[in-house]
Amino acid sequence: MAFFTALGALVPLDHFGHYFHWHFIYLSLSNLIIILLMIATFLAAILAPFPGRKSRKEHQ
Amino acid sequence: MSTTEIDRQWTTRLRQRATGKLPPEKLLPDTQPTYVASWIYVFGVATLAALIMVIVTGCILAIRGPLWWHGSVYGHFVNSLHLWSVEIFFFTMIVHLWGKFFMAAWRGGRTLTWMTGVVTFLASIATAFTGYASQTNFDSQWITTQAKDGINATGAGAYFNVLNLGQMLMWHIVLLPLAAVVLTALHVLLVRVKGVVPPFAEKVEVHS
Repeated sequence: MAFFTALGALVPLDHFGHYFHWHFIYLSLSNLIIILLMIATFLAAILAPFPGRKSRKEHQ
Repeated sequence: MSTTEIDRQWTTRLRQRATGKLPPEKLLPDTQPTYVASWIYVFGVATLAALIMVIVTGCILAIRGPLWWHGSVYGHFVNSLHLWSVEIFFFTMIVHLWGKFFMAAWRGGRTLTWMTGVVTFLASIATAFTGYASQTNFDSQWITTQAKDGINATGAGAYFNVLNLGQMLMWHIVLLPLAAVVLTALHVLLVRVKGVVPPFAEKVEVHS
């Protein structure tokens, strides 16, 4: 419980959210973070080695 | 009944057609191609896992009702599980979508697999929207009053009234989840029929 109270103090939720505005693109900070996380996950999914892939290729 | 008559029955013909298209060893295979050993192939099944969690938590919320999910500790917990399962569902579905898009997953006669995925994505957005509209709190009041003008501008407002809580709740817990689940099942069956799409060949031979 104390952890979540501390987390709540770090991320104040009682005011209007932060928004980014570039031309026609209008994004909230939270949505921007999610999009960046999805891009990072996508790149990691392509680049990160899959466990056991090498041994499977050798097996074949 | 003669053998010819049995062969002509719709049940016999349907069974033969179904088992011909999708024999049990293809429906639940023991092995997968080597190229499936990549993290990018994990996100489809991760989306399915999140969908199962969404349905299970949604069923619990439906049994207990709004007073429970707003007014008790366990209600808050299951409500949060439902929300975060949806967040993970969309997160993994979008990474799955990007992976399949850059793989051109509609190759090799997989057009219908791709299209069922697209329609499932749209049905899921509508399901999530009606979920936000059915929260019965200030957030849902804000969302619905903002959305009504957009929906009315399309001309659909007379049939799809976002300010009608009962209608939004029925769409959210009956019609749209049914569509999403049926489409997902069809999508998975088509993946099993056509097989998982292979990556592009590493070397391309050019013939002059």
